[in-house]
Amino acid sequence: MSVAAGQPIIALRGVSKTYRRDTIAVPVLAALDLDVAAGEFLALMGPSGSGKSTILNLVSGIDTPTSGRVVVAGVDLGGLDNAALAAFRARHVGFIFQSYNLIPVLTAFQNVELPLLLTSLDRRERKQHVLDVLDVVGLHDRSDHYPRQLSGGQEQRVAIARAIVSDPSLLVADEPTGDLDAVSAAEILDLIGRLNREFGKTVVMVTHDPRAAERAHRVLHLDKGVLVESVRRERP
Amino acid sequence: MTRFLPFILRNTLRNKRRTLLTVLSIVVSLFLFCTLRTVITSLAASLESASSARLITRRSTSLTFFLPISYRDRLTQIPGVEDVSWATWFGGVYIDERNFFAQFAIDPLRYFEIYPEYRLTAEEKDTFRRERTACIVGEKLARKYGFEVGDRITLRGTIFEGVWDFTVCGVAQPATPDLDTNWLLFNGEYLNQSLGDWGQVGTFVLKLADPDRAGDVARIVDETFANSAAETKTETEKAFQLGFISMLGNIQAVIYSLGTAIVIAIVLVSMNTMMMAARERTREIAVLKALGFADRAVVGLVLAESLLITLVGGVLGAGLARLVFDLSDFTAGGFFPRFTVTDGTVAQALGIALFLGVVSGVAPAWNAARLRIVDALRHTG
Repeated sequence: MSVAAGQPIIALRGVSKTYRRDTIAVPVLAALDLDVAAGEFLALMGPSGSGKSTILNLVSGIDTPTSGRVVVAGVDLGGLDNAALAAFRARHVGFIFQSYNLIPVLTAFQNVELPLLLTSLDRRERKQHVLDVLDVVGLHDRSDHYPRQLSGGQEQRVAIARAIVSDPSLLVADEPTGDLDAVSAAEILDLIGRLNREFGKTVVMVTHDPRAAERAHRVLHLDKGVLVESVRRERP
Repeated sequence: MTRFLPFILRNTLRNKRRTLLTVLSIVVSLFLFCTLRTVITSLAASLESASSARLITRRSTSLTFFLPISYRDRLTQIPGVEDVSWATWFGGVYIDERNFFAQFAIDPLRYFEIYPEYRLTAEEKDTFRRERTACIVGEKLARKYGFEVGDRITLRGTIFEGVWDFTVCGVAQPATPDLDTNWLLFNGEYLNQSLGDWGQVGTFVLKLADPDRAGDVARIVDETFANSAAETKTETEKAFQLGFISMLGNIQAVIYSLGTAIVIAIVLVSMNTMMMAARERTREIAVLKALGFADRAVVGLVLAESLLITLVGGVLGAGLARLVFDLSDFTAGGFFPRFTVTDGTVAQALGIALFLGVVSGVAPAWNAARLRIVDALRHTG
């Protein structure tokens, strides 16, 4: 199911999330309403424990709310079982992690190919897709390299290639520049921005870095599970 | 699943030393399993070659006592007995004790008529009957020591003391390959005359006209010699051989116990390997699930990795056992006529490897399926 640009690709309605630590209930989100438009670049900011990563987890279908509805790309995630959620993630969500999370025993090519192993594409088609996205992230010539043979910035670019290889509509990025130096961080943010502008990917990014947040169309500040500020920027 | 094969292979070889040690432990265990099971199948095979159309008559008290050769004529007259021959265990040493093989002094006239499954030419049989020191060697023994017709063989007697010289007059060929031919048979008259017209034999062999009457004939034989100075015990050839095997105790139970212990030990080893491998990759499994790998796919990957390790170990272990015992012509010092790892044993070993793979992969696969992505990725915020 596709969502037209400008229409909400993400809709959170009255979403609450409470974690249990032993017998203690720890509320993280409280009756949150949030819409994210298709093609939007949204940054989530806030102190640790404010609930920003929880929002990321909920919209990407790796966690479920305690109450409320989460609808992404027209799919109500509350009605999906584990297998359907996995299929949803494979189809709609690309993950970009702070620590890249590449498989160390696989080459860049093989890491990027992983999501495609779940599709019906044959070997030749998979190869073409992988080389195309490695081209997009500027690592075509590093396809045979293992993660240990790449710099941090290059590893993150491979991770981004893996996130977009199955052409998901939504990219969720959790501190994508947290482990990088300033130059590499800027390059990664440029790349994410380009994916948003040129390829129409909706981006939801958690960050502590105001310079990273500046790249977003909208910045949401959270505190103790509540939206405290929303800053909208003009699209470049 | 084939598209995941390179990934599974890479994971398997991630910790090469650990994988190698696990595979080696499976190889050794399944090699041992094949060896132990071959002990059972070899014993069973030796029983299979026993004929149901022959009875063995021996001294009722013990095999170490002899029977008068004069019993032969009375045995021949018992209804249902078609032919009678005899043999005496010689127990000599060829060069030294390590060269163990069976030796019997036999009836030169009728023995090979009752045992047609050992093939000799008419000329070889004729020479054997005529020459007092003539001996026949089985094909396997001839091959082992390079014996040929005309060769002299010297044995040092242990039951019958002295040095005994024989001349090979023939090499017996087995009618079927599973027959034991690791033996030497010599003209019984040589023993009889050397012991001053001794007149004793170890066992009589009775050829039956009707194998279905074996029980009746055996009973009549033993009744015939009841209350004599040398009472008899008569049983089928198979029961006679089974008696030898049972003298070794309950071998099967011991072997099965050992085999079970080996399997349990190796289950624990391979389970430990797989648990460690999966635990080290908790975060990666979470990443795979985040990328869209369903629980079923993750279970498949973990199980496939486990199966790959155990099946490689199984194939190598069973293959090695087959290769070693087939090439070495191993007989455990002549105890087993043929020590061949059968197809059934190989199949059982591979079955165990499969079982190992599933059992050792189930727990980590189950854990992987239950893994919560959020917990494994340690998201906070």
